[in-house]
Amino acid sequence: MGKLPLRARVATTLGGAAGRMSRLAGRGDGSVIGGVIGLRVEPDLLALLAAGRRVVLVTGTNGKTTTTRLITAALGTLGQDVATNAFGANMEAGLAAALGQAPDAPIAVLEVDEKYLPAVLAATRAKVVALLNLSRDQMDRAAEIWLVARRWREALAAAPGCRVVANADDPLIAWAAGAAADVIWVAAGQRWHEDSWCCPRCGSHLSRDDLGWRCGECEFARPPARWVLDGTSVIDSRGRVHDLALTLPGQANRANAVIALAVAEEFHVDAVQALPRLREVTSVAGRYTQVERNGRQVRLLLAKNPAGWLEAFDVLDQPPVPVLLSVNAQEPDGKDTSWLWDVDYRVLRGRPVFAAGERRLDLAVRLEADQVPFELAESVDDAVDRVDGGRLDVIANYTAFQQIRVALGRAA
Amino acid sequence: MTSSPAARDPQDRGASALRLVWVYPDLLSTYGDRGNLLVLERRARLRGIPVESVLVNADQPVPRQGDIYLMGGGEDLPQVLAAQRLRADGGLAAAAQRGAVVFAVCAGYQLLGSEFGGDDGQPLPGLQILNIHSGRGQRRGVGEIIADVDPSLEVPRLTGFENHQGTTRLGPGVAPLAQVRVGVGNGDGTEGAFAGRILGTYLHGPVLVRNPGLADLLLAWAAGQLPPLRAQDEAWTQALREQRLAAVPTGAAGQVSKPGPGSHRR
Repeated sequence: MGKLPLRARVATTLGGAAGRMSRLAGRGDGSVIGGVIGLRVEPDLLALLAAGRRVVLVTGTNGKTTTTRLITAALGTLGQDVATNAFGANMEAGLAAALGQAPDAPIAVLEVDEKYLPAVLAATRAKVVALLNLSRDQMDRAAEIWLVARRWREALAAAPGCRVVANADDPLIAWAAGAAADVIWVAAGQRWHEDSWCCPRCGSHLSRDDLGWRCGECEFARPPARWVLDGTSVIDSRGRVHDLALTLPGQANRANAVIALAVAEEFHVDAVQALPRLREVTSVAGRYTQVERNGRQVRLLLAKNPAGWLEAFDVLDQPPVPVLLSVNAQEPDGKDTSWLWDVDYRVLRGRPVFAAGERRLDLAVRLEADQVPFELAESVDDAVDRVDGGRLDVIANYTAFQQIRVALGRAA
Repeated sequence: MTSSPAARDPQDRGASALRLVWVYPDLLSTYGDRGNLLVLERRARLRGIPVESVLVNADQPVPRQGDIYLMGGGEDLPQVLAAQRLRADGGLAAAAQRGAVVFAVCAGYQLLGSEFGGDDGQPLPGLQILNIHSGRGQRRGVGEIIADVDPSLEVPRLTGFENHQGTTRLGPGVAPLAQVRVGVGNGDGTEGAFAGRILGTYLHGPVLVRNPGLADLLLAWAAGQLPPLRAQDEAWTQALREQRLAAVPTGAAGQVSKPGPGSHRR
């Protein structure tokens, strides 16, 4: 801390005090308020706090929090302190707070909101930027994704000292990362294609096959990858095959893990060292947690946008295990429920389905159109009471998820 | 429901199905646009009208023999690319000329006109299917919208969501679809436009979900007079409609939200 100018020291001290007061007052984990106050005193706080550290930035529509956690776990093998915003506070104030709370950590792994990447990249002079995926998300308040990709291109082109670890299987990511001087391409897969049927360069239809995607009209095609996710295994940069065997479920988390391994290698942490650490990660900010409620095992899955719902369906238990869907449309969820029509719910046929949340009528009309039989539920406990078997999977969007965690007594 | 004088009776269709053509789902499908296709399919099938849906990608020619054409919303860059491709292809304009029903939403609505604002706000040529001119407004309209439909169409009050920075001026021969009660719409108190069987609206994404009357208007234009649906087939839709209409106070027409940082979607 001694190296910080006085103004920045005052800013972090004030910020830290506010964070403690916020925690004492029971308002969240206190990670943002401290940063907000700090940034008000010293606008360059983020740059000052990041100076001299090796910084990793993680961004994309889905998987930011989990990938940040996995990278942090992998870098744990170095035995050095790592500053990280583990609770998803991913705008400038949250990042400043995370750095301020770990003043002596030589490494920082920070998830960054997609819109803020250009500013945060310039401020932190990051060593590595990990780009996961881009898809439609809360469009009444977030920027459009083609525009986000264009802003990333400009920001990465202006940061020649930064190495980019990017998912080559997502065409918009490939287009954005293509402007960077130094890219490690990772074939991490892409389940959600609805936002990348067309070439970001020329607008023609993209064709896809086992080797990836290519434009039918211009030369744009999937770049050759250094790391490959192959089912449940990873092929590393030296061609060795490792079984991932994660505790976290689903293909999306395997994709996150391969990105994490590629980032870890930039810190000379080998996949053989890193993998055992990744397997120890069991739940991330309440996601994938299993809790017991009235004798039933309830598992919580967060899905904030259509691509996230597809990922959640991928990890559902087999039918006839019932599922509760809960949808709200508060500010953090996006107030527009149009996205429900981008999700294909037909995969839920053949199991009991409960619809809940403040916008359950939107969900009801959607399920009816897909001919998925369902019942309304008033709450998670209402659904638990009506479940026959011993298990219930829950998929909820952001505030609905938080409400359910509270209803389950924060055991989740 | 209204049927235009030239609409065919469903019985005359014989074995031929109602052909729904979704134009460029790969380029113009930003937020739930598939809902409009699913609602039209469902409401036709519940009445015993066979349906055939065709999804036309941006590298394929637009078939000219469809009955109802759907065009969705899109971000700025995809909208510019779609305009170039549709103008070169000519299929949609030819179908409209022939008397097919065209229903377009948001970016698709703007594309129907003679001009729209490009990714940097520059005026770009549209498809000239509908005599409207669009450009970029000062502020972004984001939020619930409620509008009362032109009485001649006999469609109940519209409820939907809008998210655009466009403004649209209607030329001669084109009527506003509705008058705005809450929201922005075309920017002058009116919302959407129609002429003949061409209809466009700023209510984005799955607008037909909350507005089954509008869906039935399009179906009737293409297939003739429609029998009403059974009450149980309408129950969830009506419950949703009532909830959304009740959730938005109608005392404040013309409310505009502040423009969001860095977003130019329409």
